Amino acid sequence: MNNDWPLWEVFVRAKHGLSHKHAGSVHAADARMALESARDTYTRRMEGVSLWVVPSAQIVASDPGEAAALFEPAADKVYRHPTFYVIPEHVKNI
Amino acid sequence: MYTTELEDKNKKPAPREVLVAEDPAKLVAFEARVAADEFIEPKDWMPAAYRKTLVRQMSQHAHSEIVGMLPEGNWITRAPSLRRKAVLLAKVQDEGGHGLYLYAAAETLGTSREEMIEALHSGRAKYSTIFNYPTLTWADIGAIGWLVDGAAILNQVPLQRTSYGPYARAMVKICKEESFHQRQGFEIMTVLAGGSPEQRRMAQDALDRWWWPSLMMFGPPDDNSPNTAQSIRWRIKRETNDELRQKFVDVTVPQADAIGLKVPDPKLAWNEARGSYDFGPVDWEEFYAVVRGEGLVAKDRMKARVAAWEDGAWVREAATAHAAKHVVKAAAE
Repeated sequence: MNNDWPLWEVFVRAKHGLSHKHAGSVHAADARMALESARDTYTRRMEGVSLWVVPSAQIVASDPGEAAALFEPAADKVYRHPTFYVIPEHVKNI
Repeated sequence: MYTTELEDKNKKPAPREVLVAEDPAKLVAFEARVAADEFIEPKDWMPAAYRKTLVRQMSQHAHSEIVGMLPEGNWITRAPSLRRKAVLLAKVQDEGGHGLYLYAAAETLGTSREEMIEALHSGRAKYSTIFNYPTLTWADIGAIGWLVDGAAILNQVPLQRTSYGPYARAMVKICKEESFHQRQGFEIMTVLAGGSPEQRRMAQDALDRWWWPSLMMFGPPDDNSPNTAQSIRWRIKRETNDELRQKFVDVTVPQADAIGLKVPDPKLAWNEARGSYDFGPVDWEEFYAVVRGEGLVAKDRMKARVAAWEDGAWVREAATAHAAKHVVKAAAE
């Protein structure tokens, strides 16, 4: 049984200059209502200056079962970080 | 507050439910992750019993937030000043918001909003026993904020580190918002306790009536709370009922002293050796009676809740029709 309104994911921009961040979700009949509910539910204390709502069904997520294949190859590539390289101590501004 | 075992203690336990054959390798890996304080996310593998316990705990918690709006909502129009009215309105709106965060978090485990609401309205689902006590005077609104939200905070703070990610994140938001709830209640009590003899009596009377039900909010004693050990091992709960209850007594008694109110427990005494207060026995028969649905206003609460849902049906229908009309219109363009 599920006659619920569609689920929407809510993203809030906390202030200008920052990206939108996932805050939670709301059920709503349409986009306008999703925005209004998101506003009442997630920004009662000036948490944001902008909202995105996205139908949850439209989000494509990676499979936790593939997490190792996706993310572990980065673990042995420490040469991608600046601290990997040895620079003589008297050399500055690098 | 809402993390306690609210099942009827006379109900037959169903140990087989817990023994669903799980893949042993997956179970070991899961237990290790949880033991290492890692968070579990919706799409991760989890034992069926973990999922089930969480759905029950989170939906009970959500229902408690929603039902919790009723005793306070009753007082919005009777709040003694515009300031108190605005504050109470904001608090009640927060409780609604908290219910929504928690319903949404529970839905990530595969239960639907509709199922949860149906379970509440049909009486199958439990909610905190505290809301089945009546709010007789304005001082009760003070006592609820101070004691009931105070107890909720103690219960909820450790849940910010509960092992299920969506639940933990909901708790972080809730805890951030809850602190004003307690402080506005204590402020009401402070003003009444420092007022006329009648106001003082009203404050004391509210404390007298809400003290013991508040202690019951932490749930049955540890030796009668069979699922606690499992829940603690899985990091669904982080502290036992008795530990939290003791903490509540220890922080609340000095607050009562500070405004000249007396905690209604003749056995209450500071125990120097333990560094804690000793307190008298809780009437657990009363607690179990309220869990069974025998609370003074249990029927009124559900009647009000169901009426609110049914009275809003036309709004939901209209919104659905409006959305459908625009889908058709957009397709035609």
